[in-house]
Amino acid sequence: MAVSREPLAGADEFRSSQLRARDMLRGDLEGDDLEKYVEERIITTTLDKAVSWARGNALFPATFGLACCAMEMMSIVAGRVDVARFGFEAFRASPRQADLLILSGRVSIKMAPVVRRIYDQMLEPKWAIAMGACCSSQGVFNNYAIVPADKFMPVDVHVPGCPPRPEALMHGILQLRDMIQGDPTMGWRNRYGAVGTEEVLPGNLGADSVNVFGSTDRA
Amino acid sequence: MSEAQISDYRKLEESITLGHIQNEDRLSSELLTLNIGPHHPATHGVLRLIVTLEGEIVRDIKPVIGYVHTGIEKTAEQKAYWKVIPVVERMDYLSYYFNAQAFCGAVETLAGIEVPKRAQYLRVIHLELNRIMSHLVWLGTSALDLGAMSMFWYCFRERDAILDLFEMSSGQRMHTRYFQVGGVFEDIPTGFEQRLRKFIATMPERADQYADLLEKNEIVLQRLRGICPLDEQTLLDLGVTGPLLRAAGNPWDLRKVEPYSSYEDFDFKIPVGTVGDNYDRYRVRHAEIYESVKIIEQALDGLPEGPTITEDRKFALPPRHELATSMEALIHHFKLVTEGFRVPEGECYYPIESPRGELGCFIRSDGSSKPARVHMRDPSFSNLQATAPMCRDSYIADLIATLAMLDPVLGGIDR
Amino acid sequence: MPDATGLELIAGELRDLVDGAVINTTFDRGRAEIEVAPEASRPALGFLKQSGFSFLASLHGLDYYPDEPRLGVIWELLDMSGPDRISLKTRVSVEQPSVATCVDLWAGANNPEREVYDMFGVVFEGHPDLRRILMPEDYEGHPQRRDFPVGGEEIIFTYNEEQMPGWTK
Repeated sequence: MAVSREPLAGADEFRSSQLRARDMLRGDLEGDDLEKYVEERIITTTLDKAVSWARGNALFPATFGLACCAMEMMSIVAGRVDVARFGFEAFRASPRQADLLILSGRVSIKMAPVVRRIYDQMLEPKWAIAMGACCSSQGVFNNYAIVPADKFMPVDVHVPGCPPRPEALMHGILQLRDMIQGDPTMGWRNRYGAVGTEEVLPGNLGADSVNVFGSTDRA
Repeated sequence: MSEAQISDYRKLEESITLGHIQNEDRLSSELLTLNIGPHHPATHGVLRLIVTLEGEIVRDIKPVIGYVHTGIEKTAEQKAYWKVIPVVERMDYLSYYFNAQAFCGAVETLAGIEVPKRAQYLRVIHLELNRIMSHLVWLGTSALDLGAMSMFWYCFRERDAILDLFEMSSGQRMHTRYFQVGGVFEDIPTGFEQRLRKFIATMPERADQYADLLEKNEIVLQRLRGICPLDEQTLLDLGVTGPLLRAAGNPWDLRKVEPYSSYEDFDFKIPVGTVGDNYDRYRVRHAEIYESVKIIEQALDGLPEGPTITEDRKFALPPRHELATSMEALIHHFKLVTEGFRVPEGECYYPIESPRGELGCFIRSDGSSKPARVHMRDPSFSNLQATAPMCRDSYIADLIATLAMLDPVLGGIDR
Repeated sequence: MPDATGLELIAGELRDLVDGAVINTTFDRGRAEIEVAPEASRPALGFLKQSGFSFLASLHGLDYYPDEPRLGVIWELLDMSGPDRISLKTRVSVEQPSVATCVDLWAGANNPEREVYDMFGVVFEGHPDLRRILMPEDYEGHPQRRDFPVGGEEIIFTYNEEQMPGWTK
């Protein structure tokens, strides 16, 4: 990611921004200018804060157990580390009804398109936790068959461990909740270009993409 | 792939073996192909089933696996023998001690290492605790599939108690790397025995409570009794072992017929079913919990004194206090940590009885410090082939119940 | 395991069955193994199944790189009445990796034979459904052959791991 610094394009631009600031302070900016000015500077309103508080406290995780980490994910639903006291016990099976994808376990190359498809089927706003070492990096297995989740989908929180203790996963989920409640714009996603995920349907595929199921009877 | 290759492939993929169709004349419009998984609330792990339905009745099933294939066997060829243990433990992720035992047993056979008696007893204790834990997870998730949701919380309460014990002896809840080649990593700490005794005192009563919850319930009985039986000869042809075979009436248990790691010292029974339907499979696994508790109690009572790992310094690390005084200990330690031990050339297949059946480890050694081939014969890989004969001509709901009673663990299937 | 003499008796009967079948017998550390020629593997398996080894415990493959012939297939058979175990091995080359299937003897050989095909490239003649089972359908290559790269991400300081002493024999 290149960081570029541009010098101000001459003294004129500086002067005009000075004049605009003076006008705003005097209350002379109106209409679109004023709105644009306010939007650029005020991060969040009280309504935004309330909405993000509600969203953070009512996450619906998707049941997505892949491997050993799924056992520890089931442990957080169990009685000792009880995820229901935070309100997250409603694990939805359908991705359309879930907003948190807890990737628990190793993502093999055969499973990666399936995971991506499920992530695409979730509706915005959605978050993803990469639980365990295998989906964050390749974990214990550095070989041909495993792909880290960062390579094909945006991940918000990585929880380390092999498998992470249920308490560790709970800590990760609570960190995510703090992230949701603190900064609703999720600006980092814009920086990494992860906004606007679309479902890939056979019609959307470009001409040069290779599709194994390309025979016409599958259209 | 060329067009001709794709169509050949499709023909193979779409080939189905139908048992019996009710409405022969309306066949082409009646059969529905349904894809269950790989992401589905009821498949245990990422198993994909392509089901051919006539109405609500299943006519054929083709399981598609490979969605959690991790290339563990290939990774194991790049690592020294003791580094393979944590990698191989993650195959059948509910019975990690069994994976470690199969691998360590195979290496010990190849290298001719004798495991001390205390280490064997400690291994038996941890193996049987793992068996109980695996059956508890199976019971909790199967009851969840059947609809009896509260069982999940009760079973996981016991499972947490067992994982506390594992954490006490090795520091980790799962994938503990406690079994080493030649014995166990270190001795059990003080307080482990008391805690374990408290656990095995309460476990049979808890198992009775699970039976009370489930076995008199009309819905559970109707969903399990008489559903999807499979006879013993078909199971043997398919290579099925473990509780599935025992439910069909064959008392084949490797702990009794080919005892390993001092199992011959213990007195326990093998629960065997009669009909081979889902209810028998459930009862066999449930009864095995009591037998495992018995074995642990006998092992604790008879735990001998002695070393917990072999004294052969070429394979096991010397204790730390020796490093300050003995030169050979220092050299052995250095060699073991940098290069690892070398195992003489040869091939070995070591089978043990895991909670799902015969788990065998095949190792080929070429004389270097890394194995040349590690292959785990996983029980679920063969047991999964029994889904199709079992579920043909039954309802989808029965398919879900049968899959639950089959107890497949996809980590072992896909490795 | 059948003891050494029992193994030789079985090997003798196999030699009578098919000429030139038995290449080698090994009785080592409690493991009895007979190596047969690839053409004779199917008759040998049929004979062993009839003489009591009726359960196929495991079917797996391995790569003997750099020894030729490279690809080996091993059948682990179990006689439940003994209990007795015996292994049958055959070795084929990469250029002609064809072995007869034993799906008609044991239905449970279906998945293991697909796995050996997927991972090593051994083609089982007569298998009803020989496709890749663990890798994606369009994957090229046979991963567990020893000259297939392990893959994965490069880790710092491991670029010359394989030249370090002790990495191989």
